[in-house]
Amino acid sequence: MGLETDYEIPVVTTTAEFVIQWARRSAIWPVTFGLACCAIEMMAMASSRYDVSRFGAEVFRGSPRQSDLMIIAGRLSRKMAPALRRIYDQMPEPKWVISMGACASCGGVFDNYAIVQGSDQVVPVDVFIPGCPPRPEAVIYGIVQLQKKIANSRLDQSPKIRIA
Amino acid sequence: MTAEEIIAAIAPAVPGARFEALASSDSAVTPSLLVSSAHLVATCQALQGPGLEFMAFSDVTAVDFHPNRDPRFDVVYHFVSPHRRTRVRVKVRVNLDEPVPTLSELYPGAGWPERELYDLFGIVFDGHADLRRLMMPDDWEGYPLRKDYPVQLRKDAQTYMPLQITQEEFQASMERDRYQRTAPKSKA
Repeated sequence: MGLETDYEIPVVTTTAEFVIQWARRSAIWPVTFGLACCAIEMMAMASSRYDVSRFGAEVFRGSPRQSDLMIIAGRLSRKMAPALRRIYDQMPEPKWVISMGACASCGGVFDNYAIVQGSDQVVPVDVFIPGCPPRPEAVIYGIVQLQKKIANSRLDQSPKIRIA
Repeated sequence: MTAEEIIAAIAPAVPGARFEALASSDSAVTPSLLVSSAHLVATCQALQGPGLEFMAFSDVTAVDFHPNRDPRFDVVYHFVSPHRRTRVRVKVRVNLDEPVPTLSELYPGAGWPERELYDLFGIVFDGHADLRRLMMPDDWEGYPLRKDYPVQLRKDAQTYMPLQITQEEFQASMERDRYQRTAPKSKA
């Protein structure tokens, strides 16, 4: 395991909560879901130059049923909102949402009838990333913030999880 | 080909219609003419006729002049003649709740742009086979591209979409799937 062997007792004590949240935050799999130009930056974040796999979040899954994270990348139109909600509902617990960019967070420049003025009307959002669009570094920073949030959250506060 | 030449060519085929050549900044490329909605179909048939052959429907859109003009909408058609390499613009002036005859019989490609116009301007096309909203949700209220529409609409987002099949259709599809799963595979 690569542990030092000159301990007197080769045992590490920790809590199950810490280990489980460490495992969760170290492999956040986002769902492949892009709405507009922010999705281009999201793809750049996943590509080799910015390489979000350094933070364990590079495995964009094609199915929401295998995903932990939804990055709302772009303006969310009112017609798209039910579809986005349905994809979110198909993701298994625990799940997190990042609202990426000005349009997803507050409507941005599209202050009109067609665009939802803030995607937190549709799904609960954990991290808002400002920018139009945010640079890939900013999205990675948002994912790191989400990792800190997961690390500090308690297991018994997520209702679907029980430790046997 | 100027608008006057086009009008002279099609006027004998459309009795009773009054055409008007409209000035436009691009009249050298696309001459514009105005016709009443009652004579629109006959005009387009004449435009398709020999000598002009405006066989390609390019687009239809509309302009809302509310509140400055009484027939408030301009419905603007663009046709292309691929053989003669010319274009023409035909305008029809209609008021609120005044239907326009559909061109989807003459130009099959006109159906979807007319649905778009119905969706965004509320212009009704008489004789259209499937006049439903195209871009906005089916239960949307109002016509967003009208000048008196509240553009900065504050309204809760709809997060739930009802299933588009009935319970009976769902049951029937489940039965069909089960049959296909359990049926013995034929050796072809």
